[in-house]
Amino acid sequence: MDTNRRNFLKVAGLSTLAGLGGTAVVDRLVAGAGVAQATTGESRGAEHAVAAKPSGTRYGMVVDVKQFYQDPSLGEKAIRACHLTHNVPNFPDKRDEIKWIWMTKFENAFVDQPKLDRYQDEETAAKQLPIFCNHCDNPPCVRVCPTKATFRYDDGIVGMDYHRCIGCRFCMAACPYGSRSFNWRDPRPFIAEANLNHDYPTRMRGVVEKCNFCVELVQAGKLPACVEAVGASKALVFGNLNDPNSEIRKILKEKHTIQRNPSLGTLPSVFYIV
Amino acid sequence: MYDSGKIIPGLIIFVLLVTIPIWYNHGAGTEPPKPVLPKDAKACVLPAAEIRATHMQLLNDWRDEVLRDGKRAPVLVDGKQYPKSLMLNCMKCHTSQKRFCDSCHTYASVRPYCWDCHLAPVEPVE
Repeated sequence: MDTNRRNFLKVAGLSTLAGLGGTAVVDRLVAGAGVAQATTGESRGAEHAVAAKPSGTRYGMVVDVKQFYQDPSLGEKAIRACHLTHNVPNFPDKRDEIKWIWMTKFENAFVDQPKLDRYQDEETAAKQLPIFCNHCDNPPCVRVCPTKATFRYDDGIVGMDYHRCIGCRFCMAACPYGSRSFNWRDPRPFIAEANLNHDYPTRMRGVVEKCNFCVELVQAGKLPACVEAVGASKALVFGNLNDPNSEIRKILKEKHTIQRNPSLGTLPSVFYIV
Repeated sequence: MYDSGKIIPGLIIFVLLVTIPIWYNHGAGTEPPKPVLPKDAKACVLPAAEIRATHMQLLNDWRDEVLRDGKRAPVLVDGKQYPKSLMLNCMKCHTSQKRFCDSCHTYASVRPYCWDCHLAPVEPVE
């Protein structure tokens, strides 16, 4: 090679300059990303997570916790209806469990509530209430999904497109409510043949699933399966949160309700009367 | 040419080896698939030639319309309503995955992933 000290120094100097310039460019880019993030925060997420306008439909649910405390069979009925409708598998191993709607204690559902320890009332300490996907108005799962496999319908339901799910589980990390479950194994063998609903698909290994607010029923003008299952008890009431004359809005007007972890800003569409 | 005694037989053997698939299968031919068509249904959502060529695209379009856009209204063909669904529409007439779908897909070595999640109708007893 016929390089000499003079040429070497020229090249080294230019490289250093280019390197310094490069970092400056990177700094600019990073600063730009900061600005972009701030606007994202204001407009509530990426374009596929845009919240419904107040005039549009936003489906929500009210859960009357007291009723589930008094009658534990209500919860069983709701879970059974849900699992039968959507071919939810029943894994014997807790680690593989697939959860759409499930019963849990108050303190697990409302982790942001002050701990009352031994001053908690007996009923709340002993009984369980149903929890499921909150179908947030500002869903973090939708924002992180790299393939838009999970997305928000115009009517506020947060849906899943299993065709697109690549099983990265970003959504599971993003959901602060643990509403999502991953299919570690093929779920088919764990659905009893007699319980198979031939009008709805199962899932496959490697996709994330969750409660879909029975979108296939709701968008066909029916009520979600769990609401149908608890029937006249009105322990679960489903409706359009944006319609001031809907039943759900009447209940919200009359009763004091709470949401799960509202301080996170996810704007859950499921309300609990406690 | 040097060594023509070796090169020419070598070339002949090479050509024969490369063309094995042609003369080995000559005249044998494989039977084209004969998917079993439904007896009671005469019409499909599209004419036979079209549905044969574009059913995969149609199914993808239906999927996106129903699942992503929430446009679940059935399609109207010749005054009859057809739900946009593989399980709730197609497989109601074509009641056997093995004798309808698989007959061509196996022949063409196509492996669609529909049945990983979607439930095929219970196979009719032979």
